[in-house]
Amino acid sequence: MALTLKLNGQSHSVEAEPGTPLLWVIRDELKLTGTKFGCGVASCGACTVHLNGEPVRSCQTYIEDVEDAEITTIEVMDQDKIGAAVQQAWIELDVVQCGYCQSGQIMNAVGLLRENAKPTAEEVDEYMYGNACRCATYQRIRAGVLRASEILEA
Amino acid sequence: MNTKLSRRGFLKTAAAAGAVLYVGTNANGAMAASSSSDAMLNPFVKIDSNGNVVAIVKHFEKGQGPATGLTSLIAEELGVRMDQIDYEFAPSDPNVYNNTLFGPFQGTGGSTAVSNSWVQYRTAGAGAREVLIRAAAEAWGVETTALDIQGGVISGSSNSAPLGEFVAAASALAPSESPRLRDPSEWKIIGNEATRRKDSPIKVNGTAKFAMDVQLENQMVVMVKRTPQQGGKVIGFDDTGSKDVKGFTMAQTLPTKHGVAVYAENTWAAMQAREALNVDWDMSAAETRSSQEIRDEILAALDNAPVYNVNKADQSAVTAAVEGAATIVEKTFYFPLLAHAPMEPLNCTIEQTADGDIVLHDGAQMPTGPHMAYQQIFGLPGEKIHIKTMLAGGSFGRRATPDADYQVEAALAFSMTDRSRPVKLVWDREDDIRGGYYRPAVGHKVRVGMDADGKIVGWEHQVAGQSIMKGTAFEAFAVRDGVDHSTVEGVTENPYIIPSMAIGLTDTEKATSVLWWRSVGHTHTGYVMEVMMDMAAKAAGIDPVVFRLAYLASGKDQQRKAAVLRLAAEKGNWGKPADGNVQGIAVHKSFGSYVAEVVEISGNLDDGIQIEKVTAAVDCGIAVNPDVIKAQVEGGIGYGIGHAMRDQITLDQGSVEQSNFPDYEPLRISDIKSIETHIISSTEAPTGIGEPGTPPSAPALANAIAQLDLRVSELPMNENGVAFA
Repeated sequence: MALTLKLNGQSHSVEAEPGTPLLWVIRDELKLTGTKFGCGVASCGACTVHLNGEPVRSCQTYIEDVEDAEITTIEVMDQDKIGAAVQQAWIELDVVQCGYCQSGQIMNAVGLLRENAKPTAEEVDEYMYGNACRCATYQRIRAGVLRASEILEA
Repeated sequence: MNTKLSRRGFLKTAAAAGAVLYVGTNANGAMAASSSSDAMLNPFVKIDSNGNVVAIVKHFEKGQGPATGLTSLIAEELGVRMDQIDYEFAPSDPNVYNNTLFGPFQGTGGSTAVSNSWVQYRTAGAGAREVLIRAAAEAWGVETTALDIQGGVISGSSNSAPLGEFVAAASALAPSESPRLRDPSEWKIIGNEATRRKDSPIKVNGTAKFAMDVQLENQMVVMVKRTPQQGGKVIGFDDTGSKDVKGFTMAQTLPTKHGVAVYAENTWAAMQAREALNVDWDMSAAETRSSQEIRDEILAALDNAPVYNVNKADQSAVTAAVEGAATIVEKTFYFPLLAHAPMEPLNCTIEQTADGDIVLHDGAQMPTGPHMAYQQIFGLPGEKIHIKTMLAGGSFGRRATPDADYQVEAALAFSMTDRSRPVKLVWDREDDIRGGYYRPAVGHKVRVGMDADGKIVGWEHQVAGQSIMKGTAFEAFAVRDGVDHSTVEGVTENPYIIPSMAIGLTDTEKATSVLWWRSVGHTHTGYVMEVMMDMAAKAAGIDPVVFRLAYLASGKDQQRKAAVLRLAAEKGNWGKPADGNVQGIAVHKSFGSYVAEVVEISGNLDDGIQIEKVTAAVDCGIAVNPDVIKAQVEGGIGYGIGHAMRDQITLDQGSVEQSNFPDYEPLRISDIKSIETHIISSTEAPTGIGEPGTPPSAPALANAIAQLDLRVSELPMNENGVAFA
């Protein structure tokens, strides 16, 4: 089926069968590869994008359900005030190791800070629980979210 | 990869095309400089006349930091800041880019990226500095000793110029065989905690390109339906259902018959078409055992005399010493199969050029492996095969198999096409968890005899498990007198000075394909040694730190191990946990580095425990990038503890029971509340850091749990009496 997606502020005409996960349309059709495939079952968070500003797992979000939504990916996070602060904090603290999960971590962290500008460490852990990092950069992810919160407050 | 640098470089290149200085080794292996990449086929550093400096990094980047580390070594010696140097991954060329500890083989492993490059990359940077300075000295009519390069500027004797100005002249000069390396007092980058990773900016904005992100024009995606039991063979398949999937191209049985390759226009179509494919399997030669049988075989082996007397001990004398002791502390341990599960599922892409060359795009951990395999598969000489190393989304050992398993699978799938379209092989998470290559299941049985004063008088140690190295190309490297060193490393060569020790080994039958897994044998030997030391200390009624130090009293190796133990104890408030908490400690040497860790936990066995804090101390020689070292220790701790808490791969009649993260649950952010790492200042040459943080982590946790009166000797912990909050 042909449909129009509103992604990163632009309209895109795409051709995809119903039931196709948004992840694969973003990666294979629109060639935006910042959004990652990690598990395909919404248990790692590497594929996290924003749907109307809220984090969702794009591997379990189907294309026919998002036609009217605003979809945002990591590629434009630098244009978002919170997104830019998170990226800055991530670079300051060198959060990344292999980096493969980090687009999803950042998209989820932005979702948290939109909801809660001043989270505690426990609230960070609770919100970020579903985002797996096999390099175990969690210590710095936690510190990165708290640092981004500080940057935004300044 | 540094956006600012590239943009500036582009503007200047447009204004003035110029010479390029390449510094690396020539055909004879000597350090050489050149103005042409042809004469200097594969350099370690290249500098253009605009002053753009690029380090050629011979190790792949899976997060462990060589893109930063090797670049730091070049930058330090040359005299540029980290923001003035870019990096590229080296092509496959084992003559130039071999791991100097592996012989003529290009590859990353054994935590050697910095240690094997330490002299080589500094020498290349120093060689570049030397020829640039000589060119400038000649032009200015001054002594070379009056000049230095700092911040990319050559200066001295009232002269000053950006290094790019002398690139053309320098490229005609040959650097001396051993250019002067900077004195440590001159270092600005090495040892500087403020040095940032080179790959952070691209990894926070989605522009970093992993192999999974390769999107070649007109490529097909291939997924393989593999045998559910190792050793199964395809008889035939029915792709009627696959043909209903839009984007399905074809299905073909792989020549190895271990699976059917499903070709499609995109990844989702490949997934669906594979799902719809029906395969008939011949399971007559397939593995049919279950984990329980494998466990029974390993534990039974421990009850018999070992096949190999690893340390050539007088076994009966050791047995007599143990059995004659006042106290015997004994324990049998069992460790399950473990998957690596790197975040980026395995994949690679192959294309054929117009010239008939083959190009592999891969997060290549051991480029020489697929390079050699491809010469056979495609019948091409080595120079017609090219490997483009992409960023790798983790590995933990999985991307380096002795048989180049997934790269060969991709090549076989590609060779069954007309080669007009690139083929991208994609594994999904289920393929990864079920696709073989695990940390072997291993058992240990230890008896420690202690005298009335609580001193160890004998240590009898048996190990049984499936050999990783036997039957592979690495056998000659790792197997001596029948002993696969990787099964016993960490029991052998342990710095503890233990009187009367016998180490025995028995290989058990092949149960599945096995592989090195972050820290290899130390994953289990570190656990056993450190839990036994803890049990012995308790039996002696002596503090576990004090007890260990008695066996590290003299010798440099011992003192380095003792120093990290003392530092971790001090920084981790050993003996003074917060109210209601308990602590455990462990220390282990692996890959030349020493790491001690204190784990502090809260809670109890009924309601569940919580890891509050891990305090680590590390001695890995000179700390090239201290913050990268800390990150590796943090990650190594998480990897070790996460799997010990709740992960195992089990077989049910030959089939892997786990399939994805819900049943191979990764460490999560809330599992460890905080980690603190302290680095010992050292003047020793750098040693490993990617792996050494892992071995002490699980035993330190186990020793903390033992304070709650539960001694965990079989993993994972959650299947053996430990609940986590």
